[in-house]
Amino acid sequence: MCENEYNQNELMVVNAARLLRDHDVVFVGVGIPNLACNLAMRTHAPNIQLIYEAGVIGSQPSRLPLSIGDPSLVSGASSVCSMYDVFSLYLQRGNVDVGFLGGAQIDRFGNINATVIGDYQHPKVRLPGSGGSMEIAAWVNRYFVITPHQKRRFPARVDFHTSIGFLTGGDARQRTGVRGGGPKAVVTNLGLLEPDQDGELVCQALHPGVTFDQVQENTGWPIRQADNCAITLPPNAEELRILREVLDPKCIYI
Amino acid sequence: MTKLMTLSEAIQLHVHDGDLLYASGFTHLIPFAAAHEIIRQGIKDITLARATPDLIYDQLVAAGCARKLIFSYMGNPGVGSLRRLRAAIESGELEWEEYSHFSMISRLKAGASGLPFMPMKQTGAVDLEAQNPAFKRVMDPYTGEEVVVVPPLKPDVVVVHAQRADSTGNAHIWGILGEQRLAAFASRRVILTAEEIVDEEVIRSDPNRTLIPGLVVDAVCHVPYCTHPSYTQGYYDRDNELYLAWDQISKTQEGVQSYLEEWVYDLPDRAAYWEKLGPEVHRRLSAGTFLSQPVNYGDYSNQDNHDV
Repeated sequence: MCENEYNQNELMVVNAARLLRDHDVVFVGVGIPNLACNLAMRTHAPNIQLIYEAGVIGSQPSRLPLSIGDPSLVSGASSVCSMYDVFSLYLQRGNVDVGFLGGAQIDRFGNINATVIGDYQHPKVRLPGSGGSMEIAAWVNRYFVITPHQKRRFPARVDFHTSIGFLTGGDARQRTGVRGGGPKAVVTNLGLLEPDQDGELVCQALHPGVTFDQVQENTGWPIRQADNCAITLPPNAEELRILREVLDPKCIYI
Repeated sequence: MTKLMTLSEAIQLHVHDGDLLYASGFTHLIPFAAAHEIIRQGIKDITLARATPDLIYDQLVAAGCARKLIFSYMGNPGVGSLRRLRAAIESGELEWEEYSHFSMISRLKAGASGLPFMPMKQTGAVDLEAQNPAFKRVMDPYTGEEVVVVPPLKPDVVVVHAQRADSTGNAHIWGILGEQRLAAFASRRVILTAEEIVDEEVIRSDPNRTLIPGLVVDAVCHVPYCTHPSYTQGYYDRDNELYLAWDQISKTQEGVQSYLEEWVYDLPDRAAYWEKLGPEVHRRLSAGTFLSQPVNYGDYSNQDNHDV
């Protein structure tokens, strides 16, 4: 059974769900982002359209999908297309509003590393690599990152740019000519980070009971606290009920 | 003319030492039975290409069949790391060439279409471009802007699995389509495996569903349950338990070796493998029923409209 209070995964799912808008077209993987999208659909954003990276559009899975290519995503979906088509017609063409990304490292300017720790040719730790995240980070209108807040995950600079945020800040991202708007928020178990005008991540909100010092201790650069730094509303009873009873009753991801 | 043969014959005929192999299927339809036959036949020095190497290439690498890996996402989907591949790369034993999903699939698109390269919008993630010289930038002659291009991928041999096919290799596929069609068209030789071999009439009853035409197929093999622990939509479910168990099995080379002894070397073929899994697993992986509505293609054999 799930805990009675909310846990850190539930906290992140709920806060990520609240970032989505009704009618958003979302490029989504499985796990926590999938839960966030489905929670938003059942609360404030019923008209979200989900596009799974495997090329499935408008899924109505009859169980919690455990892999990006789960067969339950297909039965009852509104459309299925090839991998080339989902990346070109939907993503590259600019038909996707929101993406979710994760990785081993995210830096001061929202760049993500999911490729390697250490030198690329002589890796200390070899990670899975881009998958679709190189394209998602560049081509969706806005993207969100969900990650636990730990110092090793938040270095000043990533070892490898798997997916771009704002590169070195300023207009560096814009100058590359990529179409998308880049990261709009990083949801952690401590709070929300958002880019300032220069593309640098600042602490925009703290979860209830969290101090800014905790955020600084777990961040690998001198992070700034926004002047209007808020406190997030705790997950409410309805959000937790949907998560625990409907979306993930076996507590696989929460 | 029939192209039917056993999987063992097809591998012997079409997969050689040093080949570039693409065993296709994005999570769905991954032809594990073909990889197991390659392992049994002891084929060496293969360059393995797949967007998602999955357990199938973790096994081929652990079995000593591979020289190099071309990929875009090297994880155990929904579980974590592919430990044998990761160890082989970290120790420098395995060469690799890396892409993102779209650049990888764009290579197949170029190969399948007979084009010298495929353009894609740039992503700004220049670290991968810097590490892999196959990525180039050229000027769009119409706008003057830079686009990223990737070269064609032309495998020596592709293995592609389908729900049903006729004996000449016309194949119906449904569910997640991945890169099945592009891989088949990009390859010099194609081995098609299928859950069912059906009469040509069945294929002709629904031509829109024929994603792989016999034209590009060299061998047709009837291999039920070919894709376990992956799955075949409508035939059997993905065996998530085995994907989770693999995380433990693959912690050591010895663990994989003993798995391969039990499930590959000591078994003659896929039929024996499926039987060994046992009725409890068969029941757990049962797909259930969710039928599509039939469509009417129309019968135009006797219409006054055509009498001019």
